[in-house]
Amino acid sequence: MSTPLDKPTAPSALTLRNVTKRFEGAAGQVTALEDISLDVREGEFLAVVGPSGCGKSTLLSLLAGLEHTNEGEIRIGDAPVVAPGRDRLVMFQQDALFPWLNALENVLFGLRLKPDLSDADRLESARYYLNLVGLGNKEKARPHELSGGMRQRVALARSLAPNPRVLLMDEPFSALDALTREQLYGDIQEIFTKRKKTIVLVTHNIREAVCLGDRVVLFSPNPGRVQQVFDVDLPRPRRMNDPTLAALASEVTSALSSHLAK
Amino acid sequence: MALKIPRPVIPTLIALSLLGGWEWMVRSGQVNEVLIPAPTQILEWFLWAIFDKSAFEAGRYLEALSKGELLPATWVTMRRLFIGFAIGAAFGIPLGALCARVRWVRDTLGVLALGLQTLPSVCWVPLALLWFGIREEAVLFVVVMGTMWAVVIAVQESVLNVPPLYLRAAQTMGSTGWHLWTRVIFPAALPGVLSGMKQGWAFAWRSLMAAEIFVVILTGFGLGSLLNAGRELLRMDQVMGVMAVVMLVGLLADLVLFSPVESWLRRSRGLER
Repeated sequence: MSTPLDKPTAPSALTLRNVTKRFEGAAGQVTALEDISLDVREGEFLAVVGPSGCGKSTLLSLLAGLEHTNEGEIRIGDAPVVAPGRDRLVMFQQDALFPWLNALENVLFGLRLKPDLSDADRLESARYYLNLVGLGNKEKARPHELSGGMRQRVALARSLAPNPRVLLMDEPFSALDALTREQLYGDIQEIFTKRKKTIVLVTHNIREAVCLGDRVVLFSPNPGRVQQVFDVDLPRPRRMNDPTLAALASEVTSALSSHLAK
Repeated sequence: MALKIPRPVIPTLIALSLLGGWEWMVRSGQVNEVLIPAPTQILEWFLWAIFDKSAFEAGRYLEALSKGELLPATWVTMRRLFIGFAIGAAFGIPLGALCARVRWVRDTLGVLALGLQTLPSVCWVPLALLWFGIREEAVLFVVVMGTMWAVVIAVQESVLNVPPLYLRAAQTMGSTGWHLWTRVIFPAALPGVLSGMKQGWAFAWRSLMAAEIFVVILTGFGLGSLLNAGRELLRMDQVMGVMAVVMLVGLLADLVLFSPVESWLRRSRGLER
């Protein structure tokens, strides 16, 4: 089930070459990521999974351009990633919606920063994505009037609306209850199939990674490294309690625990 | 079945009986009315401070109102307060933002602001008089010094406390520079900025009273001057009456200016139902 990393079969949306990231901590220098090389294919759903402290969130910040590498290079298409850009939008663990704006205005926020669009286009697009996540009737609601799941849906619409090349998801489901999470898995897969986005999901939930990812990259901690890559050739939409999926998830789990036991 | 008493009844009764007791103590001579005038005497002062007595008794009410000294004094004081507060906030908000933004400004101006904020602004009166003379500018200067530093500190703190998550989210969507400041940082910091303004207002009010009591400025006779005049005339009804007005104006400002904005902010962001 594992494939070599350095032979992408399709043009890459994101390329990481020998990426190392270190932080200056109170206890001295910490290597969060060491020598990571990865390719994310155009239109691929890549799930990065690993225990906490394996640098997976750091990886996402690097891809988003919110942090900078110490060594190595990250490219989106042919362009090096040096700063945040609209071609890579992020869904955070907390929804990060602005409480002073309503749902529609939140979705419009990114769109308004996109030049070459008329206001009518922006409004149409914002409404389209709010509808896509099933919140067409909540335009005027402030974030605090929405449930956690609805807020993450608005956040999803907000990151999709400016039509980024890559969608980066930083454990966006971890703060939600199981039922809401299941629903969102369905929504995300539907949107992924419909819109053909490139998605990188970071999570510590192996089941979730296997359920959503076309490929699952297992990270090991201290320092963060790619340990193993799994292909998930299951038809979509996948369900969390599908037995084949569960079997694959336990395979990933045992790979992780065998490594941690070393 | 127990009788349900409306909530305002008991406090009103207590207040009335306290006032009645006070009135009785003064009227029966147990308390010297020069030291503590009776409530009705203070009320009487109010009446003749709003209306000029001789014109009022002659039936010329409009003239009586225009000749009364309380309303013009209140107007003078309010105008000084608003102008001083506006100047203080107009400088304080950008300076606070600058302190939050630029580290060396925070380490210099921010620290200075923290120090000056603790300085009661009446301490500025001698310098203000020397620099500006016995003029309106001197009073305004004292008010500005009372307001500005509190606003600087509040704005700095609330900008520094904007959740980094908002900034990261905004940055990934392409918001930078001026856009980031006006569309994300300022709205996120607004509740803190507002409470800083409220504090600045309270400081401005205190500074102004101190300044007006301290120096009689010939360009305008404010509430503080009126209070001080009461002291010189040994008119404690006037002193206590002015104190009541000062309190009322403060309460009114809070009720009309700050509370509505504050509760709107809190409601619209779900901090309060």
